[in-house]
Amino acid sequence: MEGLLTAAELEALGLSLRVALVAVLAVLPFAFLAAILLARCQFRGKALVDGLIHLPLVLPPVALGYLLLISLGTRAPLGAFLLETFGIGFVFSWTGAALASAILTFPFQVRAIRLSLEAQDRGLAEAAETLGAGPLDRLFSLYLPLAVPGILGGAVTAFAACLGEFGAIITFVSNIPGETRTIPLAIYTAIQSPGGEAAAARLAALSIALALGGLVLADVLARRARAALG
Amino acid sequence: MSVHVRHRLGAFDLDAAFEFGGSPGVTALFGPSGAGKSTVISAIAGLLRPAFGRIVLSGETLLDTERGLSVPARSRRIGVVFQDSRLFPHLSVRANLLYGWQRTRDRVAPSGIDAVIALLALEALLARRPRTLSGGEKSRVALGRALLMNPRALLLDEPLAALDAALKAEILPYLDRLARETKIPMLYVSHSLDEVARLADRMVVIDKGRVAAEGSLFEVTQRLDLIAGRELLPGAVLEAEIAGHDEAHGLTDLAFAGESLVVPHIAKPVGATVRVRIDAPDVMLALSRPEGVSANNILPATIAAIEEAGAHADVQLALRDARLTARITRRSLERLALKPGLAVFAVIKSVTVGGREHG
Repeated sequence: MEGLLTAAELEALGLSLRVALVAVLAVLPFAFLAAILLARCQFRGKALVDGLIHLPLVLPPVALGYLLLISLGTRAPLGAFLLETFGIGFVFSWTGAALASAILTFPFQVRAIRLSLEAQDRGLAEAAETLGAGPLDRLFSLYLPLAVPGILGGAVTAFAACLGEFGAIITFVSNIPGETRTIPLAIYTAIQSPGGEAAAARLAALSIALALGGLVLADVLARRARAALG
Repeated sequence: MSVHVRHRLGAFDLDAAFEFGGSPGVTALFGPSGAGKSTVISAIAGLLRPAFGRIVLSGETLLDTERGLSVPARSRRIGVVFQDSRLFPHLSVRANLLYGWQRTRDRVAPSGIDAVIALLALEALLARRPRTLSGGEKSRVALGRALLMNPRALLLDEPLAALDAALKAEILPYLDRLARETKIPMLYVSHSLDEVARLADRMVVIDKGRVAAEGSLFEVTQRLDLIAGRELLPGAVLEAEIAGHDEAHGLTDLAFAGESLVVPHIAKPVGATVRVRIDAPDVMLALSRPEGVSANNILPATIAAIEEAGAHADVQLALRDARLTARITRRSLERLALKPGLAVFAVIKSVTVGGREHG
């Protein structure tokens, strides 16, 4: 790898992977709960909740980055509170990049899990009920394991999407080498600098390989999981 | 258990009240498709809340809509075996079997687990996943899973309906053993007279959402034609004793209610009881004892009642100590001038023993 990529490019790759992994894993439990809520529960205002969950799909990433900046910046009340109370700061930090990526790819995870929940045979839930399983018990002994193909598929798709995030990151946490300069930001930087075309091309090829690899992996994992479930 | 359920689903109106489980053994909930059987089962299991319902199981009220009381399904401890097995695909057979067991406070002892596994011959299947099982194996696992939750009652919702004849024949002996060896009251839903005749002791006939008859299997089957004759063949189920074997001809002699019947060889010892079913269309009537006919089984009888419907007439026959029904055409009825009280001979063309038919 050393021969193919420069140290700065490798740094961007490592940062991209870290941001994407944290973003996906941190919201996975919430994505599962949101999917359960949408697939299994009937309540007033469900359409609104559904819309809010899917909002990041249609919201311009730059707008989200701006919203995060004004709400979580060190001088914003929420940002100041988090920083002073828990020592959590997002601005100019890779965790901010992860947060922005997580919000933007949350709908991918919810959608995949929701579809796999809706495909589950409701008869199994009835059988579990007659065998003494309450709602929470059914959630963990039945719905969750049966949703594994959807969870895996959603996580890998979200991971691949995180790797491509640009607008929200650059708006919210800026373009700091080694801290928030993920692959897309590195490509942007290379294009902006004179003679950076070769570096931009290498990084672009790397992005394509990662995205494609992610999608193939998602397919393989989902198929394996489905086969294991019968 | 006493059950009273009233429910309306679209144009369908269900209002059924009956008792089961007062005495050990199997009660059949019998009726044509769409009669409301599954709705009743769902209400008993707690999976459906009827518009009106009162269900009491050995003194405990499980459902009383008038008092707004409904014990949730998970707390009723009523085992259900569904038609489509509903095994959990992500769990092994062993984990499926133990799913209910782990969730029951009043558990079957570990030795009881082995006993159920042995009863249903599941030893070789324990490590397998449901998708690798045959239809018959799935049914057995579903049965074992329901038994291991130590249920207070067992509801079997057409557990054999999805199986072909060969698989049915494979499962029936297990159900038979289950009915004899456990003391759990069982409600067996079916629209197959064959299965009911083989397993049940009592019978509740449900038709168009109403209980049309309720009583012992032997009483009810003989009146079946009057109850649900449009879609069901009337027939009599009789309990007979093996009187002897005619090895030379491959036949077995049966004795019942002072009469005798000859059927193809049954591999059971003399003195054993078997159930036989005689469908009404398989019974011919003669005014005098027929001579020179191939039928082996000719029984003297008296006409008890005649029910005419369409082109045919169902003739109720009183034997010395049992009843039979013969279905003949109305033309034959007029030609022979049959009327109640008349002495006739019933020529039986075919007898069904233990689910298999014998000419």
